[in-house]
Amino acid sequence: MIEIHDLHKYFGTLHVLKGIDLNVEKGEVLSVIGASGSGKSTLLYCINGLEPVQQGRVVVDGTDVHAKGTDINKLRQRLGMVFQQWNSFPHLTALENVALAPKIVKGKSKAEAREIAAQQLRHVGLGEKLAVYPSALSGGQQQRLAIARALAMEPEYMLFDEATSALDPELVGEVLETMRMLAEEGMTMICVTHEMGFARDVSDRVAFFHQGVMEEIGPPEQIFSNAQSEHTRKFLANVR
Amino acid sequence: MEPTISFFSGFTPNDLLFLGEAALRTLWISVLSITIGTALGVLFGWVLYEGKLAATLTVAPVLDIFRSVPLIIQLVLFYNFAPIVGLNLDPFASGVVILTIYTASLVANVARGGIEAVETPMRRAARSLGMTYWQDLRYVVFPIGGRAVFPAWVGVALGVMKDSALVSVLGYVELLKASQILITRTQEPFLILTIAGAFYFALSYPISRYAASLERKWAQ
Amino acid sequence: MFDYNFHWRPVMKSLPDLLDAAFLTLQVAVLAMVLGIIIGLCLALIRMHMKGPIRWLASCWVELARNTPALFQLFFFGFGLGAFGLHLSPYMIVLAGLTFNCAGYLAENFRGGFNAVPDTQLRASRSLGMTAWQAYTRIVIPQVFRIVYHPITNQMVWAVLMSSLGMLVGFRELSGETQFFASRTFRIFEYFAVTAVIYYVIVKLILIASRLLATRLFRY
Repeated sequence: MIEIHDLHKYFGTLHVLKGIDLNVEKGEVLSVIGASGSGKSTLLYCINGLEPVQQGRVVVDGTDVHAKGTDINKLRQRLGMVFQQWNSFPHLTALENVALAPKIVKGKSKAEAREIAAQQLRHVGLGEKLAVYPSALSGGQQQRLAIARALAMEPEYMLFDEATSALDPELVGEVLETMRMLAEEGMTMICVTHEMGFARDVSDRVAFFHQGVMEEIGPPEQIFSNAQSEHTRKFLANVR
Repeated sequence: MEPTISFFSGFTPNDLLFLGEAALRTLWISVLSITIGTALGVLFGWVLYEGKLAATLTVAPVLDIFRSVPLIIQLVLFYNFAPIVGLNLDPFASGVVILTIYTASLVANVARGGIEAVETPMRRAARSLGMTYWQDLRYVVFPIGGRAVFPAWVGVALGVMKDSALVSVLGYVELLKASQILITRTQEPFLILTIAGAFYFALSYPISRYAASLERKWAQ
Repeated sequence: MFDYNFHWRPVMKSLPDLLDAAFLTLQVAVLAMVLGIIIGLCLALIRMHMKGPIRWLASCWVELARNTPALFQLFFFGFGLGAFGLHLSPYMIVLAGLTFNCAGYLAENFRGGFNAVPDTQLRASRSLGMTAWQAYTRIVIPQVFRIVYHPITNQMVWAVLMSSLGMLVGFRELSGETQFFASRTFRIFEYFAVTAVIYYVIVKLILIASRLLATRLFRY
């Protein structure tokens, strides 16, 4: 379980997260929506400790992410992350991209790491591309590669930071399909997304962020058809 | 060890004048070679770009030689070759000839890069407006390509300015040769080298910084 | 045609000595490059990540190496250090001078390389649980080396060409050896012509080797 208590984040004097309280249960799929600059991506970076926080706590399965003694590299193995820019490692083949972290972070043998990697690549539909370098893959394929790379660490949670925003429209579908598959398999997911269809159909809950504040959270039906907040209604009216 | 170390023992104001004159000679031989060399280099660059087979087979390998043999060897070789073909050149003239060709060989590559930097659609647009080939070069390729490679050209020019120190091997008393002479006489190597180094640095550093800032500005 | 009789026989007789000297040239250039790459990488990292006097020193190194003539740097290690009672052997003068120069130029190349690898690569690596060290050594630096591979090759060529300055500080590498023979036999042109050819061949061999190595190293 991920517990977030009164989380505040500043970039210099800019107050990007203004006291977020949020719990994500095991097995839940949470979509986070809102305008750009509303702080939703920053929230993900704070959850896996890529950004320090100024106040409040993030607790993952009982471990405080930002506490001094926390082994952050150990903790991050529980938190898979997929970025807007897919960030494939260009100097490694698809298989090596996925096998590297299990080998050097988890200390698996080379053969074992490659086995895990091949399995995860087949899982996301890239079984044919094991020996291919990322430069020969499409954006959608590279993003699925990034998902496989995160899954190879056998994480408890997956964080998606606008995983489809940088893709050409015709490539969005295959990535969403992969994310949907993960959700159906019971993965716990936090998805920052602009894909309202995905948020409505796949998530258990949807959170709406506005200027660093979580304005509203609830089941998709409530957010999309019966939003309480004026800001939420305005935002949804604009994206439609 | 001596009780007092005087940095100015044996180093007189006259010596400073001597260094100053030598610095002017460094400047003079550099400016001359860079100017002529750049003009030639741009011409060669254009020839290379246009890629007429004959030109590519003759100009390119020759320029390549001047980039693949140490400048100091080129200087000694030419200085000793000139009399063989009946030319009596003094060290200065020999230095200018070699530095000029050396500059041209480096600038040719830069210039070709500059012409290539101006993409074909832009040039087609210029020609479609009814510009002639030469108008296209003059008003489109030169300003745009020139801007793209100006920082690289500054690098070449500063490199030649620094490399002009090598003409000293022929006995031409430019700054570094003058320093060497003074060091032998005054036994003040540190002081004199510092003065000489400061001159080069004071010339090269601001210009290279300026070129780098232009590059950043133009990149936006 | 020429009022000069070419005598190639003495040159051919000392060719084995010249080739030995060429090997010394290559040796000192390679050694300077290896040291230059290590130091240059450190200088780049210091200038990017550190503050205070260490960073200032690193910047001084880089700017002095880039903005003064290589010959000046050699003179400095030659008689400049003599002012402090430190006398290096000709070999060490050339090695120190070349290393100083290469490290300065390579530091800037490395800095450009690091800037060209997006920060997001580091983030992605850290998000997989890699330590900062793992992320740098496994993900960032391999990509930087790919980017600076070509500049490193060029710098290697420069190192070979620059080592010819050894001639002016009494080091008998290829140029020094050539001058030694040339001054004994007065066949200056012939000796330096052959040496120019040797340099040309060395440079071409380096470029070919570099290209072959690249096809092995970079398959992406």
